[in-house]
Amino acid sequence: MHFLALVSARLGKPLSDRRLWRWFAGLVCGGWLAIAPALAQLPVPALSAHVMDTTSTLSADQVTQLEAKLTAFEQSKGTQIVFLLVPTTEPEDIASYANRVANTWKIGRKEVGDGLLLIVAKNDRKVRIEVAKTLEGAIPDLAAKRIIDQAITPRFKAGDFAGGLNGAADQLMARVTGEALPEPAAASGQGGGFNWTDFAIFAFFAVPVMGAVARGILGSKLGALATGGIVGGVALLVTSSVLIAGLAGVGALIYALLSSFSIGQAFKGGRGPGIGGWPGGSGRSGGFGGGGFGSGGGGDFGGGGASGDW
Amino acid sequence: MTRWFYILMAALTLSGCGYNDFQRLDEQTKSAWSEVLNQYQRRADLVPNIVATVKGEAAFEQETLTKVIEARAKATSIQVTPETLNNPEAFQKFQAAQGELGSALSRLMAVSEQYPNLKANEGFRDLRVQLEGTENRVTVARNRYIQAVQAYNVLARSFPSNLTAMVLGYPPKPVFAVQNEATISTPPVVDFNKK
Repeated sequence: MHFLALVSARLGKPLSDRRLWRWFAGLVCGGWLAIAPALAQLPVPALSAHVMDTTSTLSADQVTQLEAKLTAFEQSKGTQIVFLLVPTTEPEDIASYANRVANTWKIGRKEVGDGLLLIVAKNDRKVRIEVAKTLEGAIPDLAAKRIIDQAITPRFKAGDFAGGLNGAADQLMARVTGEALPEPAAASGQGGGFNWTDFAIFAFFAVPVMGAVARGILGSKLGALATGGIVGGVALLVTSSVLIAGLAGVGALIYALLSSFSIGQAFKGGRGPGIGGWPGGSGRSGGFGGGGFGSGGGGDFGGGGASGDW
Repeated sequence: MTRWFYILMAALTLSGCGYNDFQRLDEQTKSAWSEVLNQYQRRADLVPNIVATVKGEAAFEQETLTKVIEARAKATSIQVTPETLNNPEAFQKFQAAQGELGSALSRLMAVSEQYPNLKANEGFRDLRVQLEGTENRVTVARNRYIQAVQAYNVLARSFPSNLTAMVLGYPPKPVFAVQNEATISTPPVVDFNKK
């Protein structure tokens, strides 16, 4: 009871016993609600490759082979196919787990959304092909079911997991090949290539801040000059093009000079006129797939596909 | 000049108190709801085929079949408009009818296990797969609707946007409830001594 008395004291006013208990119950229930969802579901693993085997069912050779096949297909057709092997999907049913994983990863190209996820729950002896909405025409539920029934389950029954997955990959790829999808973008994949929008967004936020700081330290004109110089230098480093770097530098210089009268004041400390703070970024950073493979981020999975067991 | 200033101020104030968010989330729930309806329609469209196939099985339990036909008729007879979303009563009614169709169908599928001819019938097996896929899509669509409504309702009920909701009349929207909550929450009695 002393705990409740403490609560009462903290609130600064005497509460009747009943109200206190209600308060306490709310506290406890609230706590449970916060914990419950964490316990209820299996976590979604981080997407790292086309073939992810958490059960160590496949040998390293088989994984490499399958990975090469799916990678080659992604390069030639653009469609992302991912195989995930897990021990179990308990306590969820495989359909809802597959959907959750697929929608978390959003496999499939950004503009096209052509992704496919094949999940094997080994100990549950269940398999599911989850099809993104874009591909529901190429692989309707019935086709997915046929692939499971003909290519996967007979071989899984015999213990030939690699064979089943290979067969499934072949049939899935054959079906997707028949579909008229946009060509994959040549060479400029997500890894390595220079991203214009990222740089533009970065500059958009960084230049005002940097400019204000530089002006604060060096004074209005010198600070603007410094800002322009730094931006130009960074642009030169990132794009390795003198022309672009020059343009970026001059742009930043002009911006810093012009804004030194309005926004600069606010940053210098004195509450200047005009808009004070800069709106914070939206806090959504896209997933940067390490090691060459990452989700295209466009797949939308609406529950299409089929499940089967063996 | 001052007029423009006032218009600008009004626009800033409105967007500041969540007016735009309301519009965005309202539209989001509407489209999520349309997707739910779309998938329910897909299920309703499958039923005649299933019924026709099952009828081919001469000795099939008539009662189960009639229940499915009736439930479908009832579910499709209810008119749904976007206003249904703001009318909890109509929403409940629609929900109940769809739930009935769902349980009648799952009963039909369970009963069909007892008929070997039906199980071997390829047409019926295909329909089964399609029905399963449709049920999955219904689940996903409902789930997305629930999430959209959650975002909307949080906005409609939390401060200060609840003031906007109050002034402009945006009530919280209804979500799906399980029809037989009481039945689900009581654990089933397992008794092997029966019979």
